[in-house]
Amino acid sequence: MSSTQVFAELAYWQQTGIRVGAALAAVLLVAGALVYMHLFKAVSFMQSRLGPMEAGPYGSLQLLAEVGKHIQKEDIFPTKADRFVFGAAPFVVLASTFLLVVVVPAGPDAWFIDSELGIYLGLAVSSVSVLGILMAGWGSSNKYSLLGGLRATGQLIAYELPLILAVVGVVIQAGTMNMADIVYAQANGEIFGLGIVGNPYILTQGVAFVIFLIAMQAELAQAPFDMPVAESELVTGYMTEYSGMRFLLFFIGEFATAGVFAAVASVLFLGGWYVPGIDPTADVMNLLGPLVMLVKIVGLTFLVFWTRFTMPRFREDQLQRLAWKFLIPIALANIVVTGVLKVAF
Amino acid sequence: MTAVSSRQQLNYIAAQAADARVNLEIETEGMTLNIGPQHPATHGTLRIVAKLDGEQVIAADPVMGYMHRGYEKLSEVRTYPQVTTLVNRIDWLGSFANEVPFILAAEQLMEVEAPPRAQWIRTVLFEMSRIANIVLFLGDMAVQVGAVTPVFFAFRDREHILNQIEAATGGRFHPNFDRIGGLKDDLPKGWIVETKQVMKKMRSFCDEIEELVMGNEIFQARTRGIGVVPADIGLSYGLSGANIRGSGVDWDVRRDGTTGAGGLVHSELDWRVWTHPDGDSFSRFWVRLQEVRESTKMVDQLLDGLPSGPIMAKVPRIIKVPAGEAYVETENPLGVMGYYVVSAGGLVPFRVKIRSASFNNMSITPWLLTGVYVPDIITILGSLYFILGDIDR
Repeated sequence: MSSTQVFAELAYWQQTGIRVGAALAAVLLVAGALVYMHLFKAVSFMQSRLGPMEAGPYGSLQLLAEVGKHIQKEDIFPTKADRFVFGAAPFVVLASTFLLVVVVPAGPDAWFIDSELGIYLGLAVSSVSVLGILMAGWGSSNKYSLLGGLRATGQLIAYELPLILAVVGVVIQAGTMNMADIVYAQANGEIFGLGIVGNPYILTQGVAFVIFLIAMQAELAQAPFDMPVAESELVTGYMTEYSGMRFLLFFIGEFATAGVFAAVASVLFLGGWYVPGIDPTADVMNLLGPLVMLVKIVGLTFLVFWTRFTMPRFREDQLQRLAWKFLIPIALANIVVTGVLKVAF
Repeated sequence: MTAVSSRQQLNYIAAQAADARVNLEIETEGMTLNIGPQHPATHGTLRIVAKLDGEQVIAADPVMGYMHRGYEKLSEVRTYPQVTTLVNRIDWLGSFANEVPFILAAEQLMEVEAPPRAQWIRTVLFEMSRIANIVLFLGDMAVQVGAVTPVFFAFRDREHILNQIEAATGGRFHPNFDRIGGLKDDLPKGWIVETKQVMKKMRSFCDEIEELVMGNEIFQARTRGIGVVPADIGLSYGLSGANIRGSGVDWDVRRDGTTGAGGLVHSELDWRVWTHPDGDSFSRFWVRLQEVRESTKMVDQLLDGLPSGPIMAKVPRIIKVPAGEAYVETENPLGVMGYYVVSAGGLVPFRVKIRSASFNNMSITPWLLTGVYVPDIITILGSLYFILGDIDR
């Protein structure tokens, strides 16, 4: 009896419960691992310091201590804040992360929803976070927050386009928007008759991959695209007035979103849970797949945080110019070339 | 040189005017943004009241005085040796340099001159405090435009300089080492060799910053053509130091100074004054970077040619300064710093007027910030490089 059959015999609420639990674990554990590995340790070594060392062996429990600290803090509402909008904003941002994670498969049966729309749905729900950020900026009744919220909105809308256009190239080549089928297409593909490693689309869609990474960096509002939080200009932008638990939600959202976007990128360009030599539909991949995905996520997010702590930030107009004058034309050209080659071969 | 900067300025103004016209048609409502006194970019308690139209500054008004400590008045109830303790705290990143002009003014009034060895060591420490100060600027400027990492390198490498200053004087930040007629102590054993190694480290730090920060396209895009100060306007606002040399004015008190000659020995060294024709934020950064390199070379030369002899001239134990007045200015890390000391004869100064560099450098901000965008406020303030203690005294 395969795992799919076992799962299918459970009641609907049991299936949903398992999925919700798995989604929570997937997002929060990955976010925690990324915070520890990248923010606490990798970045510290780049900056010639050790990072947290006291809480737990090698500082590994530092994140728990931070969470405990934030939970204890007072949840401050500014006097003139729009209380409902201000209070709801972090949840909206986090909701968009959780909605995005449901489209990402981590194994042949390890998925939350198996939708034919797949990546299309994912990119649509990822835009919801703009709403949350705008709510935070407006609801805080703080000028820095307002500027940060408006900057974030302009930036995220500008970089949705190259993100989507980069994905279109992959979708054309795979011939499907279903995320699992994109993985199979890469596993079964071959380049110039060589099928040993399959055909991870980073090889044929390299341009789209670079555009996707840049747009992802901007979507995540990490330097060099961190004008919305620009701590030397706007204090912390739309997060300025938040404290305690709600600040923590924004913080988790930032890293969880980085992890989820990296998961999407690894499915689209790095072959998802596929490793050369193992049949991607084998049952064992349900256990091995999430680990393979985790390795790819850690690698991709390392690129994100490496860039973040190396680059200065763009100015708002320079960022818009980069999106509209460079990334979007290149992404469009990539689509045309992909389409032509798809028909030719 | 002026042609380049004024052309840039005109292009910039034209672009601003075009934006302003667009905004006029939509009829947006202005907003007053209060930057500071508590704000991460003002490194201290500077406050800037900026009137914004969208993200564009219509008018900016710096408000100073949140850190006023009344050193000019306090100096009137301190004896001359005690005053150096106060003035150490003016520019807290390059403390020793603050003591020098005051001591030179007092020496001028008393008509004593420090022995050659004291003058040379004084110059060594003077240049080392410049390095300690500007090294931090080089990292801090990167933070202002959004790159976090270089400032950690700056703190790491400044530590070497501070260790050497501590080894020689006993104080890391506030040496309080300069005395009327000489210095408190001679250099400790082995200090010269160690300091030369530190200077090598500083030069490699400069190379690192040049690659990491100055060579970065985003840094150049953020600083080139931003905050252009034409030479004549800079001079009329009383800018000094790297801020005016960044506008192409070849003027350095260490070389061209008329007052206080004889207290420091820059004239006996082989060095040059760096200028940059553009006058923008990038050129100010560039000039400061070159100055650090030049200072390390100066320290090397000074240590090679250190004369022997006493480090203290013959001065009475209780210092009484004859009546008179003296003004001495030196080229401090932030710009020209001068002390106007009036003595009525006796143990304490009658009046001390401090001309600090940052106060004058700040005075150009209302002119410079008009028409720029909010991110550029931070770039410009960062590149003008002020220390709050130096503004408010």
